[in-house]
Amino acid sequence: MELYNGERPSVFRLLGKYMRKGLYSILTQGPIPTHIAFILDGNRRFAKKHKLPEGGGHKAGFLALLNVLTYCYELGVKYATIYAFSIDNFRRKPHEVQYVMDLMLEKIEGMIMEESIINAYDICVRFVGNLKLLSEPVKTAADKIMRATANNSKFVLLLAVCYTSTDEIVHAVEESSKDKLKSNEICNDGNGDCVIKIEEMEPYSEIKLVELERNTYINPYPDVLIRTSGETRLSNYLLWQTTNCILYSPHALWPEIGLRHVVWSVINFQRHYSYLEKHKEYLK
Amino acid sequence: MDLKPGAGGQRVNRFVDPFAQISYHFLQFLWRTLHLLVSLWYLQVSMVQMIEGFLISSGLVKRYGALDIDKVRYLAIVVDSEEAYQISKVIQLLKWVEDMGVKHLCLYDSKGVLKTNKKTIMESLNNAMPFEEAVEKDVLLDQKQMTVEFASSSDGKEAITRAANVLFMKYLKYAKTGVGKEEPCFTEDQMDEALKAIGYKGPEPDLLLIYGPVRCHLGFSPWRLRYTEMVHMGPLRYMNLGSLKKAIHRFTTVQQNYGT
Repeated sequence: MELYNGERPSVFRLLGKYMRKGLYSILTQGPIPTHIAFILDGNRRFAKKHKLPEGGGHKAGFLALLNVLTYCYELGVKYATIYAFSIDNFRRKPHEVQYVMDLMLEKIEGMIMEESIINAYDICVRFVGNLKLLSEPVKTAADKIMRATANNSKFVLLLAVCYTSTDEIVHAVEESSKDKLKSNEICNDGNGDCVIKIEEMEPYSEIKLVELERNTYINPYPDVLIRTSGETRLSNYLLWQTTNCILYSPHALWPEIGLRHVVWSVINFQRHYSYLEKHKEYLK
Repeated sequence: MDLKPGAGGQRVNRFVDPFAQISYHFLQFLWRTLHLLVSLWYLQVSMVQMIEGFLISSGLVKRYGALDIDKVRYLAIVVDSEEAYQISKVIQLLKWVEDMGVKHLCLYDSKGVLKTNKKTIMESLNNAMPFEEAVEKDVLLDQKQMTVEFASSSDGKEAITRAANVLFMKYLKYAKTGVGKEEPCFTEDQMDEALKAIGYKGPEPDLLLIYGPVRCHLGFSPWRLRYTEMVHMGPLRYMNLGSLKKAIHRFTTVQQNYGT
């Protein structure tokens, strides 16, 4: 899979592609994760380590992201979720926030230009999170690429922007409440009288766990979550969805992530597949 | 570990092309060999960790001698439910934690095995108090005793669902007054308050130690895991004091920037 590149692939690239194919044919003898989530940690540390100019780490990180998504696509993973921007990240220095927003807009516009290639590879792009917090140009561009790829289904790329898990949970409660209001047709006739009295509402208006789960931003739940830079916390990401998810924290900084990390996470998924499936069944 | 060929493995009708059959069996052989090598690698890693744990427990590794335990304000331990039946092991672990000076602890397993054995566990500890009792008596800040909270999967997503209903009921009561026809709009602070109102007052752990076969939090309350460091300690039957000290020592050196 080659994105953003119309050049004829080199011999080395072709060799690498066929070696990967050989490796995948071995790995696919076992179960492959349906959904892998990523926390892109370490871009700034990478820039510092290699004395890159400001933003250099994020640019290198973007290239690493394209490679990782390629490996996921080739391996047959169906969903990939990327923690692109947290609500907490708005507390960074304004110029840094602006840089990331500008980079996001540039890449989304790049995707829009390459829409035909994305559609040819049957990739669906979805932005999830509190998108109202995005600036208008980024929001418009995100809406455009989502509409353009909505019917694609082979690979779904979920980009979590303006996202935190706690915000997602509160959002799910709000949406479930709105659903209850619609389904119960509770109304107020303006005189303070309800069609259904408050004391009688409870049996009709109890929000169930399955309704909250349906209203989360990110479904299905990931099988593996990879956070680079050796950090062992989730940082308010996918807290709801990682009940049965393997958490993998390689020491590599995000721009240093490679095929070996993706392969290692798949191998560990396969090692513990039966255990996690049993745990999922128990919790149903 | 229980390896199973997945959907990726091909079902081969023996009447199909023999080349396909041979390549299937060859790939299966390579896959199993790969996993055997990985298992040997993990066996080697476990042995090294056990030796290191023994050396740390014996005090031969000076680096882990003095722990800044005050940095661990709230410790959580997740135990695989099948392993949680080894109550004597759990009690030993808690005694180590108590001796190290941890003041607040949450014990979790998804099926509630530890909750069922709460009385036995509490009686075995020298100087511990149930978390609910500490909250009732308002002695959480009292450093004399270790408080122990017991949790299971019903205290995670199900508790959040109950809190969601508290918020929704409040909204319905407000809607009855007819003041504005606003849609339900809640905040994280309101969710915090709702959880406390239904008895979920436990804070977010600083460190979560996972005893089980997989590095996975197994359903610990999602509302309490935002910035919690999670460390996989391996199966409970191989626990040792040295690994516990190492995990806590490592935690005390972590720097968090909370997204900024």
